[in-house]
Amino acid sequence: MPATELVEGLLKGDRRSLARLISLIEDEDPSAASALSQLYRHTGRAHIIGVTGPPGSGKSTLVDRITGEYRKRNKTIGIVCVDPSSPFTGGALLGDRIRMQDHTLDKGVFVRSMGTRGHLGGLARATSDAVRAIDAFGKDIIIVETVGAGQSEVEVIDLAHTILVIDVPAAGDDIQAIKAGIMEIADIFVVNKSDLLGADKKATEINAMLDTDPHERAWRPPVMMTNARAGEGIVELVDKIMAHREFLEESGLLAQKGLQRSRDELRTIMGYKLTRELMEKLEGRPEYEQALRKIAERDDDPYTVAERLIAEFLVDYGRSVTENDKRKRR
Amino acid sequence: MSSSKKIRVLVAKPGLDGHDRGAKIVARALRDAGMEVIYTGLRQTPEMIAEAAIQEAVHVVGLSILSGAHNALLPKVTELLQKEGAGDVLVIAGGIIPEDDIPELKKHGIAEVFGPGTPLTEIVDYIKAHVKL
Repeated sequence: MPATELVEGLLKGDRRSLARLISLIEDEDPSAASALSQLYRHTGRAHIIGVTGPPGSGKSTLVDRITGEYRKRNKTIGIVCVDPSSPFTGGALLGDRIRMQDHTLDKGVFVRSMGTRGHLGGLARATSDAVRAIDAFGKDIIIVETVGAGQSEVEVIDLAHTILVIDVPAAGDDIQAIKAGIMEIADIFVVNKSDLLGADKKATEINAMLDTDPHERAWRPPVMMTNARAGEGIVELVDKIMAHREFLEESGLLAQKGLQRSRDELRTIMGYKLTRELMEKLEGRPEYEQALRKIAERDDDPYTVAERLIAEFLVDYGRSVTENDKRKRR
Repeated sequence: MSSSKKIRVLVAKPGLDGHDRGAKIVARALRDAGMEVIYTGLRQTPEMIAEAAIQEAVHVVGLSILSGAHNALLPKVTELLQKEGAGDVLVIAGGIIPEDDIPELKKHGIAEVFGPGTPLTEIVDYIKAHVKL
């Protein structure tokens, strides 16, 4: 089984095994699931940082600078950067590495580019499992760079412990700052390109939005100013990221997030497995095809059919589980 | 579950030339052919290219070079990939490479060389026919 070999290689620190496993995950290869289940108990140690913001706001450059600063602090880094796949051809141009050249030959840094492959929400379907593989590989810090986000690509919240929302000067008025969505998920706001006109105004607008937040918050997101290209404000930013990690640990929120993550994840996996098994049972069966025709001809309706098919499936499924149990007991 | 493999290609510019229009056009064409193209930009050393190819687990490396240093730089890339156990990666080249140099490059594992004016579909078809997924 090549997956087991990859797991062994990965745990020994072989980056090629890690890279290949991530490909299996991306390609939804059946062997990836068993590899991930073997890796699971080796995960949970890394601090996962999400970096999101609109296209061209400087996310990749900022990730590059944050990486440099963490390396000075002797931390190892994994980076997953997501760029969009074409909805027409499925192809993608993944260009985030261009900004991260300085770290290519640093053994303490592993960078992986990923196309969304049709997944919405700012990440690829494989991102979360790829992060897990890098976690098991032993990187201290994992940075996830989302696609250039609009307003509602907020999926990174399910994955990251600390989320940086990047904004730039002169991108919209103060109403943009109080809109729902991406502006609500930040643990730290970063106003990048601080050398441009309007940077102070942007920071003031975000601060005003935060000051009028009616909720009591134990962590009030700080608004940081950076000029990533010139490397300005990076030390202070990484200090804040580390302070947020400390806050999460001390407040018990880290454990709480972990539990929430397990809850969401188990639900996702169960939903996926159930749907897959159900569809494997149904597709191609004459009764199923006939039901579809009836729905199309308005002889039956999808709501009733769905209920009936699921009920039948669950009875069958229950029966096969009980039989398996009996067989085991004998 | 059916597995859905995508061809992953690294497009890189080894050495010191500062012109990457050709590389970008090829990158775009490969994208339009449904491939995932990792573009790493200008001024790459062979070491950087090989390392990026490993981390990204690409099936193909496309090298664009105009500076005349191809005889020195391109074999270094294939040699490093071999050393890392990634000898199965398809390495192709393009740019300004004299006909006379091509046989020697091929001896060193450069699978094919595409000169100026090559129709983009030819490169796409070549990759699809020769890539090992």
